[in-house]
Amino acid sequence: MTQSFRLAAGGRIDRTKPVRFQFNGRTIEGFSGDTVASALLANGVRHIGRSFKYHRPRGLLSHGSDEPNALLGVSRGPSRAEPNNRASVTEAIEGLVATSQNHWPSLALDVGAVNDWLSPIFVAGFYYKTFMWPRSFWDRFYEPAIRAAAGLGVAPSEPDADRYVQRYAHCDVLVIGGGPAGLAAALAASEDGKRVILVDEQSEFGGALLHEKTAQIDGLSASDWLNAALKTIGGRENVIALPRTTAFGYYNHNHVALVERVTDHLASPPANLPRERLWQVRAGQVILAGGAHERPLTFADNDRPGIMLAESVRAFINRYGVAPGRRIIFATNGASAYQAAADANAAGLSVTLVDVRAEADCGPELVWLRILGVTVLTSHTLVGSTGRKGVTGLIVAPVNPDGKVGVRFTLPCECVGMSGGWTPSVHLFSQSRGKLRFDPEIDAFVPGQSAQSERSAGASNGVYDLEACLADGGNAGRGNSAPVTAATARAYPATLVGFRPSRELASDKGAGKGRAFLDFQNDVTAKDIRLAVREGFESIEHVKRYTTTGMATDQGKTSNMAALGLVAEILQKPIPAMGTTTFRPPYTPVTFGAIAGAARGELFDPVRKAPLHDWAEGHGAKFENVGLWRRAWYFPRAGEDMRAAVSRECMAVRNGVGLFDASTLGKIEVVGPDAAKFMNLLYINAWLKLEPGRCRYGLMLKEDGYVFDDGVVARLASDRFHVTTTTSGAPRVLAHMEDYLQTEWPSLKVFLTSITDQWAVIAVQGPKARETIAPLISGIDLAPDAFPHMSIRTGRICGVPTRLFRVSFTGELGYEINVPAEHARLVWEAVYASGVGFGITPYGTEAMHVLRAERGFIIVGQDTDGTVTPDDLGMAGMIARTKSDFVGKRSLARADLTATGRKQLVGLLTHDAGVVLEEGAQAVLDRHQATPMKILGHVTSSYWSQMCERSIALALIDGGRALQGETLFVTTPSGFAAATVMEPIFFDVNGERANA
Amino acid sequence: MLLIACPYCGPRPEIEFRCGGEAHLSRPAEPAALDDQAWAEYLFYRNNVRGVQAERWVHSHGCARWFNALRDTVSDSFLTTYLMGQPRPDPSSARN
Repeated sequence: MTQSFRLAAGGRIDRTKPVRFQFNGRTIEGFSGDTVASALLANGVRHIGRSFKYHRPRGLLSHGSDEPNALLGVSRGPSRAEPNNRASVTEAIEGLVATSQNHWPSLALDVGAVNDWLSPIFVAGFYYKTFMWPRSFWDRFYEPAIRAAAGLGVAPSEPDADRYVQRYAHCDVLVIGGGPAGLAAALAASEDGKRVILVDEQSEFGGALLHEKTAQIDGLSASDWLNAALKTIGGRENVIALPRTTAFGYYNHNHVALVERVTDHLASPPANLPRERLWQVRAGQVILAGGAHERPLTFADNDRPGIMLAESVRAFINRYGVAPGRRIIFATNGASAYQAAADANAAGLSVTLVDVRAEADCGPELVWLRILGVTVLTSHTLVGSTGRKGVTGLIVAPVNPDGKVGVRFTLPCECVGMSGGWTPSVHLFSQSRGKLRFDPEIDAFVPGQSAQSERSAGASNGVYDLEACLADGGNAGRGNSAPVTAATARAYPATLVGFRPSRELASDKGAGKGRAFLDFQNDVTAKDIRLAVREGFESIEHVKRYTTTGMATDQGKTSNMAALGLVAEILQKPIPAMGTTTFRPPYTPVTFGAIAGAARGELFDPVRKAPLHDWAEGHGAKFENVGLWRRAWYFPRAGEDMRAAVSRECMAVRNGVGLFDASTLGKIEVVGPDAAKFMNLLYINAWLKLEPGRCRYGLMLKEDGYVFDDGVVARLASDRFHVTTTTSGAPRVLAHMEDYLQTEWPSLKVFLTSITDQWAVIAVQGPKARETIAPLISGIDLAPDAFPHMSIRTGRICGVPTRLFRVSFTGELGYEINVPAEHARLVWEAVYASGVGFGITPYGTEAMHVLRAERGFIIVGQDTDGTVTPDDLGMAGMIARTKSDFVGKRSLARADLTATGRKQLVGLLTHDAGVVLEEGAQAVLDRHQATPMKILGHVTSSYWSQMCERSIALALIDGGRALQGETLFVTTPSGFAAATVMEPIFFDVNGERANA
Repeated sequence: MLLIACPYCGPRPEIEFRCGGEAHLSRPAEPAALDDQAWAEYLFYRNNVRGVQAERWVHSHGCARWFNALRDTVSDSFLTTYLMGQPRPDPSSARN
């Protein structure tokens, strides 16, 4: 019996194009244009899922993106599975596989449904009340059990095979929502050439017009007017119209995020298309025309499959040509459901309407519907429903004028269309930080004071009448600059005449007795709200969190106002005094894929590779991450562990020659007539008298007096310095320099240029360094007297121009060959070949660290932490006494920075030479003192030194220099290790080797 | 994301910029002449107004130039941006 609930005619589906998909293993047939929801209904499937907490059978509530119940796992092929897709917005395509969620072993037979019988236990605050004791049960029992029961769908286990892209766009006007108000706005805004982007979350533009059969606009039927409007919009090159596109986030300065679903509606998507496209739009003006959400009525057992929103029943009939049931009862407290009832009646279905209002409160819609031959019961309340896996009857009872509920009786049915009024979709307005205003006429919050350049129009602005929506949209699109010749529209009945807001409907069993659901997705009932208020929760934000109402993935689109109204009624407060809960992005769930875009796998975090990266990789280097850089860490040979490799590399440098890629070093060229003056202000050192061709180790402070960065600086000419910085400090040092140059001393004639990427740096270090490079150099005299330690020469190496530094971060005779990066590989390989006779050895960052620590050279950021002064490092002697000012100088005279007992850099030698301390380990003077112990400081650098044949460590210790020769105790994983305090230098104390 | 009008490049998204805190604080010409309290006030003390505040911004991922801005700290709207060295504009006459 396929499509037994498909109407014989009508709807926007294409009956010539059947599609087949799977639902829980059963083949469902529908038509192109169907959603999974409409196709399931066409095949008589009403029971689509189980509820979150009580595992109650549930079906569709809505036909749109506010659907709380019908969440499905959907698979579009291998590695294309996703949980929690709303059946009402998932387009039916050939081959799609949909499964219901939240049940075991099956949808029909669900063990978890026992929760429904136990519901008296699972009241609001259940978790807070139940799992309090014994405490020890939490980790072992309660939490695992709760986690196993929590969640809706099943997360996919395979990487997503789809591709997602992102793009940025600008426009004059962004129109969100393509219903009558949005279309009128887009038409008006685009008339005079403004760049307009029009988006709608549905597969087609038109909004409510897509299921409008009787209204006329400008003398045309709604669908003809819609076609004409879309044709006009399509013909304007200044309009980008995006269907299947949700505006999900409204951020500062009219920055709006959209997600466009590009291929989910295609059975075989072309390979060149991404699945989704995330748009970030910056709009001059935003027009919010997102419509309104219909409210359910609150009565006992209002959640049975087949009980849905009245307008959704109308949409399924008119737009999809599907009867949600052959016998339908509409239940309402206002006029809009009358139109739905009339359309259902026109479709040949059996229709009854139950109105909770008294006859006198109803408008002309009452007579109109009765003339059409529909039975209307006024002054009746809803007290329950029958049928477990699908509604079989609606239980109603008459209400006297004095509020007394009469004898209940059951109206048999297959479907109930309920309408509790409408809630304007103010989510995006609220996200834009606009202030809401309560309109008692429509019992809803509407946009009030704007915070950004936006306007709401149509139903999202609290305007429900079709003609008024068109005018409101047109005015918004025009920006009120000129009056719009509004379209004339005739729709009957005028939508909300005589609307009587209702909270929990009167019942013959008394208020709060039955299970009347407010939040269908989180299974929150009116009883839960009453309990929360009784327990003292009065703020709506507290009630929300205690009961979890409105906290599900639908963000309470259909339930928030009902809950708010009920709390206000119980507390006897006006609704505006209650306030609202906060609306947050995303408006509807967004895939992680769209947010991640291309930033997956190798592109997740960009890797910065030094010019000699490939050579190192080819020579078996292990790498480490240093900021964004990936640097060669060490070069293990077969059978070597890290310590063996690093020891071998270090000894090669000490005894022969080593080769190191130092290209990641930050490099800045400081050029101009005032360059030396500028350097004098930025560094603690004196630069005016440094001769061109010479280098100096420079130390830079922040204005607070603490060490900020260090590095060797070469003076190339009187007006040109080649500054080096730490690898990770390069960007911030340049920014620091630029800040002072531009904002404090703009009159100084200096240019700053980053040259980090332009110059590769090849460090050649060791006693054989000179002999290694000598055959390759031209134009530079390498003799020690002609080219001493801490100097720079320019010339050529292998015919390539070089800035050749004679500097040493190892303590050995050494050079740092700066060559243009594109020639780095050529020069490196030539040096490597030239050094073979001396046992030349490539070394990595770990050996570099050990070599410098043996000589007591600090690494800023490792041996310093932003609270360390030059004096703390024993470098006070470097401060140029002659300078009256430099950045940080005044702070060095502050009382705290001159106080005794500051942490100072010292060396530590463990009594057991084999123990290598942990970096970060704490040190104490007396290991037997009571806890908490007085901590003197911590280890900053610690290594095994093959050269010293023992461990070495640097540490920052309170008053450390005065503790020389004392024994400290340093924490290790197996207790304290004794260590002697000494000078922070372990090898070549007089620094003779570098001058060789 | 804020939209910030760099005086040199025009309106650009916030991620291209970095905020440098309160504007119109000049580094003393002779820091050594200041006592500890006065120096501490220059170094550490900052206004944090609720309303219109003058701030330093740098277009670090653009032209790399510093400029000043008047920003309303409540609404996050920028009243105006102006060049370094220019006096703070009157908020009432500042254009958006």
